[in-house]
Amino acid sequence: MGNFLTGSGWGIAALQSLLYIALAPLLVGWLRKVKARLQNRRGPSLLQPYRDLYKLLAKEARVAHTTSPLFRAAPYIVFTATWMAAATVPLLVVDLPTAAIADIIVLVGLLALARVFLALAGMDVGTAFGGMGASREMLIGALAEPAMLMAVFTLAMTAHSTNLSSVIDHHLSDGFVLRPSYLFALGGLVLVAIAETGRIPVDNPTTHLELTMVHEAMLLEYSGRHLALMEWAAQLKLLLYGTLIVNVFFPWGIGQGLSPAALGLGLAAVVGKLAVLAAALAVGETVLAKMRLFRAPAFLNLALLLSLLGLLSHVILEVGA
Amino acid sequence: MSLTTLLTPTLSMDTALHLAGLAVVLALLSSVVSLAAKRAPWVLRRVATPLLGCVGLAALAAGVLALLVGEVVTVTLPLGLPWLPWHIRLDALSGFFLAVIGVVTCAVGLYGPSYVRGFEHGKDSLTALGGFSGLFLTGMLLVVLADDAFLFMVAWELMSLSSYFLVAFHHEHAENRRAAFLYLLMAHVGGLMILLAYGVLAAFGDSFAFVDLRAAPVPTVWAGVAFALAFMGFGMKAGLVPLHAWLPEAHPVAPSHISALMSGVMLKVAVYGFIRVCFDLIGQIQWQWGVVVLAIGCLSALFGVLSALMQTDLKRLLAYSSVENLGIIFIALGLSLVFLSADFTELGALAFVAALYHCLNHALFKGLLFLGAGAILHGTRERDLDQMGGLLRRMPWTGLFFLVGVLSISALPPFNGFVSEWLTFQAALQAWQLDSGVLRSLIPIASAVLALTGALVAVTFVKVYGIAFLGQARSRHVRRAHRGPWGMLAGQGLLAVLCLALGVLPTWVIGLIDAVPRQVLGDGLPQAGAYGWLWLTPVSPQTASYSGPLVVLMLAGIGLTAFWGLNHLWAKGAAVRWVRRGDAWDCGFAPPSPRMQYTATSFAQPIRRVFGLLFQIEESVTTQEDGSTRHRLRIRDRFWGLLYLPIARAVESSARRVVRLQSGNVRVYLGWTLATLVGLLWIIT
Repeated sequence: MGNFLTGSGWGIAALQSLLYIALAPLLVGWLRKVKARLQNRRGPSLLQPYRDLYKLLAKEARVAHTTSPLFRAAPYIVFTATWMAAATVPLLVVDLPTAAIADIIVLVGLLALARVFLALAGMDVGTAFGGMGASREMLIGALAEPAMLMAVFTLAMTAHSTNLSSVIDHHLSDGFVLRPSYLFALGGLVLVAIAETGRIPVDNPTTHLELTMVHEAMLLEYSGRHLALMEWAAQLKLLLYGTLIVNVFFPWGIGQGLSPAALGLGLAAVVGKLAVLAAALAVGETVLAKMRLFRAPAFLNLALLLSLLGLLSHVILEVGA
Repeated sequence: MSLTTLLTPTLSMDTALHLAGLAVVLALLSSVVSLAAKRAPWVLRRVATPLLGCVGLAALAAGVLALLVGEVVTVTLPLGLPWLPWHIRLDALSGFFLAVIGVVTCAVGLYGPSYVRGFEHGKDSLTALGGFSGLFLTGMLLVVLADDAFLFMVAWELMSLSSYFLVAFHHEHAENRRAAFLYLLMAHVGGLMILLAYGVLAAFGDSFAFVDLRAAPVPTVWAGVAFALAFMGFGMKAGLVPLHAWLPEAHPVAPSHISALMSGVMLKVAVYGFIRVCFDLIGQIQWQWGVVVLAIGCLSALFGVLSALMQTDLKRLLAYSSVENLGIIFIALGLSLVFLSADFTELGALAFVAALYHCLNHALFKGLLFLGAGAILHGTRERDLDQMGGLLRRMPWTGLFFLVGVLSISALPPFNGFVSEWLTFQAALQAWQLDSGVLRSLIPIASAVLALTGALVAVTFVKVYGIAFLGQARSRHVRRAHRGPWGMLAGQGLLAVLCLALGVLPTWVIGLIDAVPRQVLGDGLPQAGAYGWLWLTPVSPQTASYSGPLVVLMLAGIGLTAFWGLNHLWAKGAAVRWVRRGDAWDCGFAPPSPRMQYTATSFAQPIRRVFGLLFQIEESVTTQEDGSTRHRLRIRDRFWGLLYLPIARAVESSARRVVRLQSGNVRVYLGWTLATLVGLLWIIT
């Protein structure tokens, strides 16, 4: 525990968490840019998400007559919980004190906390759309969460630790070993990430078509700074899942010390990896159409099955060997 | 540990035992005092129910003291039969469950007086309510204190019978009488199995005292038989699937503060019995037992939560959720049995502590939620979720406390439910250490079920909270709900604060619980608090660590900073600083009316569609003559058709055959008696 509690470690952890909220809109901007290019459009500038957030923050916030105080508290809780969850995922370097405070199970728990408050806020207004969004979001979440846990448990059992820093450390020191369990877990986690961040084919973040929206339906009544926080939290969640996938399964380049060189290399590596991942996501979103809601369970069951297969292939094939 | 060494010289196990005795005496006193309630109805509110609070305090103090001191004290009472005196024993395990009983009873003592006031002008018998509540508590306290099978069974039956009368309290409704009868029937079948389990052990131990049963040289096969009987008997009381059918019928119909005791505490007494018999008395654990317990636990957890999700009656929903939570407790106990059978005592202790922690947590949050449901019932006379809505604005404190209960039961950090689930996962993640490949692959499947259960619990309770407390009221009497008296709020507040405290400071709680595995299993979790109260490290800091205090600190710190920063620093201009109120936008359609909101039924519809195969669902939409349409939905438990109805039919048909003996002729009856006597004599010789 001692090495976690050094001052410089906390400093880097704070820097890293600030980097998360600073980079999150950029990832969305990049994703939109690539998608626009694939659709033969020029698309908005990379910085457009920042401008949107600024615009929302500068606007007046309105809430409905019918809401309770929970509606106004929810954006802060959702944003904080998502940010805190993101802070536990190593972005530039491993060995963070935040990873010791909260391991991967806590990470999943914090994301669930954010989801619960998002759904409750959706139901608080007392409109049909809010309830609809909440009901669908909870369905997707209920099926995605076990798949996510099984995927991270595969990693945790391999590394004999639920601490994300240790998991990445273990993977790095192991060298490049092609483990079947990792492939299954990667597949499961990618599917979960798509569902949880509300991307096509499970949900469409740009739709406001009444009967198809899930995430947007819950945000319908938000405006001004409340909406900005909710949007920012959604962007953070995308960055969180992206970082989780690239840094855990492809950890090369991540810094193992606290020197400026290691930090710089880590930043360059993670930005490059995320750019590639986001481009792949954009291609996927361009070629796929959104599914009907009741096909989403099949999609998520596949994710759960893949993750469980990963875990089983680990305990059966890899533990004894 | 400094606290322990400080207290040991002044406070000892004898003090703890005296406190426990005081609790039993006070419970009996509360029961006796209630006899006067027929003449003076205020006795129940002013004396009998507050006395229950004192019982709770005494039991809590006794339990905590027993855990702190961590020794064993026994005493033989000059009661019972001449050759079978009653033995009492207070050890860490009894102490822990005394504390669980005590803490919920304290809250009930605070809450009860205002709640029973509502009955003073009704037709219901206050004497029955007060008298049987006291006896019910006496029974539960004696079960955990008993040190021989005889006293155990007497106390067990006292608990079952008195709770039967509490379930049948509103006996004017036929369905309540039916629920109570079903409860009585199943409680007695369960009691019979427990008796037989003790019988098997006593046959080898030559005595009914637990000391002798513990030392009895039981052959493996008979140990297995005793385990199966005990598991079925205690499992029936704990409401494990498929023996759960009585629970969702019986728990909701009792008065709410009694429902809190039944769901929060009585089910834990069944867990106590299971631990006492299987871990302590039988002792020689086989891995097959662990697998059976794990499988039944998984089944109960998943089936319980899905059934809860389908309900629209709030108290019934909470009762089904108890089935689910007991399932989680038995998953952890099953893990513990598997690890213990493979001689991984420390891992067994980890899973065991997780199970105990979840027992305590479930007592707290389920008590809190039942008390909250009672407050809603008190304020609105409504149990149907589809009639509720917007209660957070009418009952803000109940709403806040209920939210804490909802977050705790959904296993969200930083509340207490999360800690026990985290510990269970940590235990499951150590499955790689096992040698057997079968067990190594079974445990991950169990943990997948646990994860799915946890996620579905969140759906269930988002539904409950969103439908009942948020949105707009769906009926007139809910729109006029009143806040409720302070006593009721104090009871809920106490439990809500404890829910948060147990989530934030798990290291202290585990330090206290640790005495139980050290006594029962011979090994504890020395690592759990090795890095101070800030860090929970159940196995080692490299394996996993969690810091509840820091998570809370960071959540609160960042959240408040964001709030303050955005509202006071950023939004300086008067135009954007204030939040303006207006009508809901709702995509620009007509202003939303309460009838347009999602209901509990519609909220659960997607899940009903995905998991519909597990239930018998009859759904139909018919058009009436006047052009309006009616939606009918009926969801039934498949286990009724699969298990209960066949047994009921078999009993009926065999009864019809036995009826042929009843000829009405005395000579034939005498003939049968003679034949039976001769048969018995032949067997004996």
